[in-house]
This record gives sequence, structure tokens and C-alpha cells, in this order.
Amino acid sequence: MAGLDFKTPVTREQEDEAVVAYNTRIGLYLFTSYVVFYGGFMALSAFSPEIMSRPLLAGVNVAVVYGFALIIAALVLALVYMKISRKSAQ
Amino acid sequence: MIHETSFLAILVFLFFAGAVLAISFYLGRKAKSAQGYFAAGGGIHWAVNGVAFAGDYLSAASFLGICGMIAFYGYDGFLYSIGYLAGWIVALFIVAEPLKRLGRFTFADALDNRFNSRGIKLAAAISTLVVSCFYLIPQMVGAGALVQPLLGFPHYVGVIVVGLIVTMIVTTAGMVSTTWVQFIKGSVLVVLCAVITVMILMRGVTTKPVDAAGKERHVAARQVTAENLAGTPLPEEGAWTGKPYVRVKDGNGIVTVWRKEADGTFSETQTLRVQKDGHKFVNGRPRGKQEGEADLMPVGYASKLPGDVEKTGPLGPLAFLRTMQESEVILWSSEKITEPDGGTTTVFFQKPTAGEDFMAPGSSPTFKKVRSSKFFDKLDFLSLMLALFCGTASLPHILIRYYTVKDQASARKSTVVGIAAIGFFYVLTLFLGLGAMTSGALDVTDSNMSAPLLARSINELLFAVISAVAFTTVLGTVSGLIMAASGAVAHDLMTNFLKMRLDDFQKVRAAKVAAMAVGVIAIILGILFSKMNVNFLVGWAFNIAASANLPALVMLLFWKRTTKQGITAAIVVGMISSLGWILLSAQAYKDVYGLNPADAIVPFSQPAIVTIPLGFLVLVVVSLFTQRTGPAAEPKREPELATAS
Repeated sequence: MAGLDFKTPVTREQEDEAVVAYNTRIGLYLFTSYVVFYGGFMALSAFSPEIMSRPLLAGVNVAVVYGFALIIAALVLALVYMKISRKSAQ
Repeated sequence: MIHETSFLAILVFLFFAGAVLAISFYLGRKAKSAQGYFAAGGGIHWAVNGVAFAGDYLSAASFLGICGMIAFYGYDGFLYSIGYLAGWIVALFIVAEPLKRLGRFTFADALDNRFNSRGIKLAAAISTLVVSCFYLIPQMVGAGALVQPLLGFPHYVGVIVVGLIVTMIVTTAGMVSTTWVQFIKGSVLVVLCAVITVMILMRGVTTKPVDAAGKERHVAARQVTAENLAGTPLPEEGAWTGKPYVRVKDGNGIVTVWRKEADGTFSETQTLRVQKDGHKFVNGRPRGKQEGEADLMPVGYASKLPGDVEKTGPLGPLAFLRTMQESEVILWSSEKITEPDGGTTTVFFQKPTAGEDFMAPGSSPTFKKVRSSKFFDKLDFLSLMLALFCGTASLPHILIRYYTVKDQASARKSTVVGIAAIGFFYVLTLFLGLGAMTSGALDVTDSNMSAPLLARSINELLFAVISAVAFTTVLGTVSGLIMAASGAVAHDLMTNFLKMRLDDFQKVRAAKVAAMAVGVIAIILGILFSKMNVNFLVGWAFNIAASANLPALVMLLFWKRTTKQGITAAIVVGMISSLGWILLSAQAYKDVYGLNPADAIVPFSQPAIVTIPLGFLVLVVVSLFTQRTGPAAEPKREPELATAS
């Protein structure tokens, strides 16, 4: 059996099915929202690149602002997830 | 461009490599068990693991390739930054916790958790090996490319040195030392890049670049009229017929090449002629640093700034980006001309480019197709962005890092730290790249050297440190990959697939032997593929990883009717189809076989947009055909407590 060739027992994390299901669901919601945001960027770049070179914020163009926003959004979503996801009781 | 060997660079490099090895040996004494070797005993702190993620992930391609691409073409390089980072969202929300929950040491463990199938073990182990090897090639090629100009060694020496050091790191202590190497490298890289970014902003943008010593650099002539060309124009003949160049012979018999512009004027070019016997000439003179010899001059400066000033002075981050958008920068393109005598001349010519153009997608050869009106051309771009998005969470050396922390909450927290460090770094890449673009220090022949040369344009110590960090970057990523590959061999193939009865000691020894073998293979591949484009190879690795691993991983987690046959088939089909597609693409025809790219069988180069859905489809179809009826269909779970056998 996989990985049973050890001298010492290795404890597995005790998990609560409800917690796992809750975290998975939250993860999927956040994932979907990011996919939409990323998809928007891909679509704009591929199908209307001229919009990307228009100035948007403080003279900086859509391409740069959207790119930075994607990077910041990833971090924000990650922090949100860390905040609201639950931990199994030990 | 010939780079001067820098003693400071060698010294700093030796210091870094020595420190890394010392840490490995020190930690190596602690890692005796298999759990210790493969997964660092599960005892790495999440914050350390998070930074180590950054160290693992920010490979030579990320660092050198992206900076170089932005420096040469503008915004398009940043598309890679965005895609590479976005991939972490898949890792965090979809893969991280289940993987930690299901597996022990390797990716195959997690996939096989429900089934205990030898087919899955074999397929997953092979896909780990294939992806690791593909990802190793660009790292090794990058290592060689760095050593050559910095330390003055030939390419193959660089590859061998890196291969040996890394194999030593991996075999001494496995995952513990690998993790610490990643941690050191990740933190130094991010901090250093932040420092350089501040220096770029302090320097601002200028049309009259100076070197680190304050000496003004040569600015290539433009808008020269025909009567002002110093010398006699030669007739258009041979390979030069119909080309937009005029060759001018001066009083000393030296021939220079000028490019004919649309307005009837001429602009200065740089030429590199390689004769059949290997002798090199730059701008008509023998290549070298001595009297009477010439070398390619460093380039990269703005030709027009907003308000027609000569120098902007210090700028804020947003003002810097806005200034770049409103400026015109001299970028350089090249054309290779093969002459009848078998020699080749590469002409590097100026291409004044408006910021409006290079600060939006589609300005580089790689992505210029997004501006085309053909649908297939756009698919190529979309497919690459998809591969970058899905590939991260399928890379074996990233996946195994989830086994080094103690629980799911730690896996989550370390991913968040990883995203913060990597995201911050990728934001900096835009500034670094654009800073290099206007640093006046670029080498027209080698975009990979842009980041180190940018540092050199600021000062020599910074150059030495960044070169050393670039080396450790390669070391870190390569050691992670070799670790993943050796785990696949010792744990998945030998113990689980071949059912060899190995005790703890034998298993670790097997992994170390495997690591040495993979190290040797990596050295050989690094030498064989030395001429290939680094970023292109990384793109391949992401495509293969995403196509082979992601469908199996995702469906296992979210579809209860997934069967072992379905998983095995999805891995095999995803791997073979993406690999096959790549080998039949126009890019491979051109760069690998030297054939006419128009003859390529597949319509675009990046397979992910086809092969990822194909993997899902195969998995679903095969699973549906191999359903068992009744209670036997219920997946069997592994016991919660794994005990000694």
C-alpha cells in the first residue's frame, strides 16, 4: 500500500467533513470570480487590443492597470480565503 | 556583445554557492528518514515554505526571460508575469488542500489515494519525470548562458557546474536543504529587485544614457542624408539585393551597413558577421576589445520624452509608467543575411517605437498575432495564457512543496505568502524590464542578460550580487525539480509500482541515486539544447504539465464517478497529445528541425486550449465505460492512520 514502509506511524490530520465541504465551496466561488476577471483580460487582449492602450488611471493605460489589478486581486482573494475558511477541530 | 569577466561577480558567486552548500551539509545531517528526505518531515514553517514557493517558482525563465522580453519588446513580457501569477489561484483554491489531504510524498500519491492502482502510479510517475525534464532543460540552458558572459567559462562548463552543485544539494539533504535554498534565494531575489526598482525610479528616463561611471554612451545616428554617409556606397549584390540596407565602404576599407528609412534618410545599424571559419567581425572590424577591433555597443534609450526634455529626473511609480507610455524608445530588431560564401551577417537595426505601442499587448514577435485578424492566430495567444493559468498547479516541483508543511491550514497560509512574494516580484518585473529598456546597457544579441546588465548600469556590486542571485535562482529551481523527479523514481516507480521492498534507508538511497541520474541527464540535455530559446521551452513544460496532470487532479476531486482507468487514460492522453502537438507545431519546425514552419501539421503552436479539454473528455468517457455497479463503485478510503509495515 502506498507509503506504508515506515518505521514510525505518521498521524494524519483529523478532518471534519463539513469543514472540508465548506472550504471547498468557498474556494470554488472565489476561483470562479477570478476566472471571470482573468477571462476578461484574455478576451480584451485578444479581441480588442486597441482598448488596452487607452489611458485609464492617472494616465496609465488599461493594459497596465488591468495587469496590476489581476496580480493584486489574486492576493486579495487569497487573504479573503484565509480569513473565512475554517480549520478542522484537532 | 563581449562581457568583461567580473572578479567581483566571481567572488560574490562563490560566496553564495558556498553558503548554499554549507547550509545543505548542515541540514543534511538531520534528514535521515524517508519522511525527512522527501517531505522535510512535514515540519517546515508555513512562512518559510511560502517564501520557498517563491524561490521554487521564480525560475531563471521568470527572472531573466521576462525582464529580457519586457526590455526588448515591452508589455508582452508582462503577460507572462500575469499568467504565471494567476496560476496560483488554481493552486490555492482547487489543488492545495485536497493534495495535502490525500497525499504523502508525491503527486502520484494523491491521485492514487482512492484506487491503489499501479496504472495510475506508473502514469503519474512518468508524467512527473517528463514535465520535470522539460522544465529542467531551460533552467540548465539558462545556467550556461549566464556563466558564459559573467565568469568567462564556455556554456557547457556552466551547465556542468550547476548540475554538480545541485546534485550535491539534493543528495545531501533532500527536501530540507532544498527548501532552505529556495527560501534564501526567494527572499534575496525579491528584496534585491525592489532595491533596483527604487534606483530605476530615482534615475528616471533620459535620451542621453550614461554608464555607471557617468560616461556618456554612444547614441546610434538617425536621419542621416545620403550625402552625409561617410564613404562610398557598394552596389546591391548577392544576398543584399532588395534588402533595405546600403553598405558603405570608408577610406580604410571598412564596410558599415546603414538602413534605408521610409523618408529617404539612413540610420546606423550594427552588424555581426560570422565567417564560415568562425571568425567574427563587428561593423566591419574584427571582434574584440583591442585597438582596431570593435564590439557591439550597448543599446537602450528613449529617443523622445514627453515635453521634449532630455531627462525626466526622479519619477514616482505611476509617473514612470505614464512617461514610458508617452515616450518614444529606440528598440532594436535584427535580420540575418546568409551570404553566398557561407558566412552570415546579422544586421541589428533601430526601430523607434512609441510607448503607446510597446505598452500594450501584441508588440513582440511572440504575441504580435493578437493584433492579427485571423482567428487561429488569436487562439495561439489564448492557449498560452490558458497553459500558464493551468500549468502552475500541475508542476510537480510546486506540488511536492505542499507535503513539507504540517497541515491543510499551513498549506493554505504558505500559498498566500507565496502569492504575496511572487505577485510583488511580478509587479516589479514591469519596472525592471522597462528600466532595462532605457538603461543604455542592453546587449542586442541576448535578451536574457537584460536584468544583470541593468544592474551593471547602476553599479558593479549590484551587478555582482544579481548575477550570483541569478545563479542561485537556477540552483534553487533545478534542485526542486530534481527532488520531484527523484521522488517519482524512488517512491512511485520503485516502491509503489515495482513493489520493491525498500526500507527507509534503501528508499532514501534509491532517491539519491535517482537524483544523481537525473542530474546527469539534466547536464546532457542542457548542453544539447543550448541554442534553444529559454522562454519557449518553459511554455512547453507548462503546456504538458497542465494537459497531463490537471484534468486528472480536478476530476478526482470533483467528480465521484472518476475511475482509475479514467485517470490513467487522461494522464497518458494529455501528456502524449500535448507533447505530440508541440513537436508538430510551426515553432518546433522552425527552431528544432530547421524546416519550413508553414509545413507544420497543427494550426497553432500552443496546445493547451485543445489538449486540456481533451484530457477532461478522455477521463469522462473512459470513466463512464469502466463504472462498476453496486456498492463496489464506492471509492475506498485509505486508513486515517498510516502505520509501519
